[in-house]
Amino acid sequence: MSCCPPVEFVREAERSEHEGLLATAWSFARCLEGDLYDLSLGVSNLHCPSCIHQIEKGLAELPGIEQARVNLSTRRLFVRWHEQKTGLSEIVAKVSDMGYRLAPLDSDSREASGNREEGELLRAMALSGFAAANVMLLSVSVWSGLVSDMGPATRVMMHWISALIALPTVVIAGRPFFRSAVGALRSGHLNMDVPITLGVTLASGMSLAETMRGGEHVYFDAAVTLLFFLLIGRYLDLRIRGKARSAAENLMAMRASSATVIEPDGTQRRVAAAQVDPGMLVLVAAGERIPVDGTVEQGQSDVDTALVTGESVPRTVTTGTEVFAGTLNLNGVLRVRVTSTEDTTLLAEIVNLMEAAEQGRARYQRLADRVARAYSPVVHILAAGTFLGWLWIGALDWQLSLMISVAVLIITCPCALGLAVPAVQVAAVDRLLRKGILVKAADGLERLAQADVVVFDKTGTLTLGQPELIKGFDAPTQQLQLAAGIAAASKHPLARALYRAAKAQGPVPALPQTVSETPGMGLSVLVEGKEVRLGNRTWCGIDEAASDAADGSDLDMELWLSREGEAPLAFRFRDELRPDARQTIGALKKRGLAIELLSGDRSGPVRQVADNLGIETWHAECRPDAKIARLKALSAEGKRVLMVGDGLNDAPALAEAFVSISPADASAVSQTAADLIFQGDSLDALIETHNVAGCARRLVLQNFALAFAYNAIAVPFAVAGYVTPLVAAVAMSASSIVVTVNSLRLYAMKRREPVRDGERASLPATGALPDRGTVS
Amino acid sequence: MTALSYLIPAALFLGALGVIAFFWSLRSGQFDDLDGAAHRILFDEEDDSKDGKKKD
Repeated sequence: MSCCPPVEFVREAERSEHEGLLATAWSFARCLEGDLYDLSLGVSNLHCPSCIHQIEKGLAELPGIEQARVNLSTRRLFVRWHEQKTGLSEIVAKVSDMGYRLAPLDSDSREASGNREEGELLRAMALSGFAAANVMLLSVSVWSGLVSDMGPATRVMMHWISALIALPTVVIAGRPFFRSAVGALRSGHLNMDVPITLGVTLASGMSLAETMRGGEHVYFDAAVTLLFFLLIGRYLDLRIRGKARSAAENLMAMRASSATVIEPDGTQRRVAAAQVDPGMLVLVAAGERIPVDGTVEQGQSDVDTALVTGESVPRTVTTGTEVFAGTLNLNGVLRVRVTSTEDTTLLAEIVNLMEAAEQGRARYQRLADRVARAYSPVVHILAAGTFLGWLWIGALDWQLSLMISVAVLIITCPCALGLAVPAVQVAAVDRLLRKGILVKAADGLERLAQADVVVFDKTGTLTLGQPELIKGFDAPTQQLQLAAGIAAASKHPLARALYRAAKAQGPVPALPQTVSETPGMGLSVLVEGKEVRLGNRTWCGIDEAASDAADGSDLDMELWLSREGEAPLAFRFRDELRPDARQTIGALKKRGLAIELLSGDRSGPVRQVADNLGIETWHAECRPDAKIARLKALSAEGKRVLMVGDGLNDAPALAEAFVSISPADASAVSQTAADLIFQGDSLDALIETHNVAGCARRLVLQNFALAFAYNAIAVPFAVAGYVTPLVAAVAMSASSIVVTVNSLRLYAMKRREPVRDGERASLPATGALPDRGTVS
Repeated sequence: MTALSYLIPAALFLGALGVIAFFWSLRSGQFDDLDGAAHRILFDEEDDSKDGKKKD
C-alpha cells in the first residue's frame, strides 16, 4: 500500500529487504570475466541532476568499481565491479545509505526489443536526413536551372546523383514502413504504411525511369523527405513511450521480492522470488510480504489480502489455507509450500480470465488505421482513374499518363496523415509523464478518450487501503492509551491504526508487561493482576449476534478492549478514502461519465463508500468473474468502460475493460494488465489523464482535417497534371509543419474541466514530481 | 559547370562524414542519456575516469 509503514516496522524489515535485494541482484548480475560483474539497477528517489553526481562519486570512492554510471533519462544505475575488492552488498549498502532505493533489473529486459527498434529507427532517420538534405540541395539547383541556363546534360547528371543517394536510402530507411505494410497486407487489411510504401516506391521507381529517359520531372527529393519526416515522428513516438515503459519497469522491479527457502535438510537461504520452484518450502516471517503462491504447511497468522481479494479486513490463515503472492503476513510465522499457478484455484481462475479478456482487447483498431482503411482505396482508385483518364480521354502516351498518376499518389501520400497521430501522441505522453502518469499501451490514450463509463474498485483505489480509527475517540484517554499500548505490540493494521490515532493525541506510554498475541483473535496482557484483552468480539467474549443489528456497526472494522470486571469498549475503524476521491468522482460526473463501483469487499463498507462519494451504482462481493461479467454486460449495452483498479482480483477486469488504469502501488499483475499507471496518492491524475486524452483526440481529428483539406486543394491540381516536383516538395513540407505545430498546442492546453474557480483552488496539487515518495 | 565535378563530391563527402560521425556517437552511447548529459557538464570532475583527477 502507499502508506509509509511505521518506523519500527521498517527497521525490522530493512535487513530482510536488503538480503532479498541482494539475492535478486545476484540472479540478474552478469559475470564478464573472473570476478568482474556488471548489473543494472533501477534507482528511485532520484530527484535532481546532482543526485547522479552524488551516487557516482560515492561509488567511485569504493575500490574495485570499474564503472558506475547513472542514467538520468531512464533512472537506472549501471555498475561494473570486481567482486573480490568490493562486494555487491557494499555497493548496495552505500547507495541505500545515501537515501536512494535500488531495484535490480533483468539484463534481458533492459536490452528489450524496444531498444533495438529505437536504434534502427534512429539510424534510418539519420540516413534519410542526410539523403533528404543532399537530394534537396541538388533538386534546388535543378529547379533554379529551370529559369537559368542549366543544360539538359547537367540536369541529367544531377538526377543521376540524386538517384544514387536516394535509392539506397529508400531501400534501407524505408524498411520499417515496408515491413509494417507487408504485415498488414498479409493479414488482409490496410494501415497507414500501405499508402506510404506505395507512394515512396512508386515515386522512386518512376523517377528512376524518368532519369534514364532523360526526363525533367523526378521526385527523389519528395520520396526521401517524406521518409525523413515520418521517421522523425515515429522515432519521437517510440522514444517517449520507451521512457514511459522503462519507468514502469523500474516500478515493477521495486516490487520484485525475494523468498527465504527452507531446504530439505533444514538450512535456510535467501533467493529471488522468481527462482522459487513449486514444491519448495518457504519461510515467511511476521511483517513480510508473502513472495509466492502456496498453501500454509505450518503456522497460524493474519494475512492482509487487500491487494488480492479487495477485502479490507485481514484474513486468518492456518495449516492448509491457500495464500497468495503479494499479501502481507501480519503476525505469525508461516511455512508455505509453493504451488504452481495451476494448483491454486484463485490464481488459475485469474490467469484464465485474463487470457480470455486479452484476446478480446486485440480487436480494437486504431484511429489512424481506420482512417487509412477508408483513405487508401480512395487514393489508389483516384490515381488509377487519372492514369486511365489521361490515357484514353486525354489521349496522352502511357509514360506521361503514368507520370501524372504517380504525381497524384505522391501529392496524396500521407505525410501529414502519417504525422497526425504520432506528433500528438508524443506531446500527450510527454505531458503525462511529467505528471507521473505512465502510458503503457500505444493506443491507451486514444481508447481512454472514448470511455463513457468509469468503473472503480474500492480498496486501494478509491480508498487508501489503510484503516483509520473513527469512533472510540469518545473513550476515556486512559482507556485509549492502554489500548494503544497493547496495540503497539502488533502489526495488525487495526492495531497500527489505533496506535497511530492515540499517538496523534499524545504520547503513548509503553507497557512494561509482555503482550501476547493470538493470530486471528487478538492481544492479551496482564495489568495489575487482571487480564486485559484487545481483539475481535469472540476474543473479548462478546456475543457475535447480540449487538450487530442494533447499531449497524458491523459495517466497520472493529477492535474491542475488555478488562476483567469492566464493560468492553469498542474501537471502530474505516478504510479512509483517498483525499480527493470525492472531487474526482464529482469532476468525472460533470464530464458526463457514468460512475460504478465494483468491489470484492462486503456490502456494508462498499455501500458506505458509494453513499459517501455519491455513486449510485455499486456491486459488492464481486469475485473476478463477477467483475468481468459486469463489464461484459456494460459493453453489450454499447458502453466503453474505463476500469480503475489495483488488486490482483481486478487484473482480469483491467484486461477486459475497454481501457484501464492502475495506481503505481497496484499488484504486479494488475500493472501489467493496465494500459496506464499513475503515481502518487491523488486520484486527480485521472482527471488530468482524461483531459489530455480528450485534448489529444481533438488534436488528432483536427490534424486529419488539416491533412484532408490540404489534399482537397492539392489533388485537383495533381489530377490535372499541374503538379511539379517543386510544388510537391513545398506542399508536403508545409502540411507536415502545420500538423506538427498544431500538435504542439497540447502543451499549451489548460485543464478544461467545468469546475468553478473556488473549487479549483481547493483541488490538491497533482503528484507533479513523478518519482517522489511513491514507492515506499 | 566543371566546378560541379568536384563540388558535388566534396559536398557529399562532408555530408557522409556527418552521418558517419553520428553513427559513431550513437554506437558509443552518447544518445543513451540525453537528460543526464545536459547536467553532467556542470560537475567538476569526470567520474568514470578511474584514476580520478581529484582537484578538491
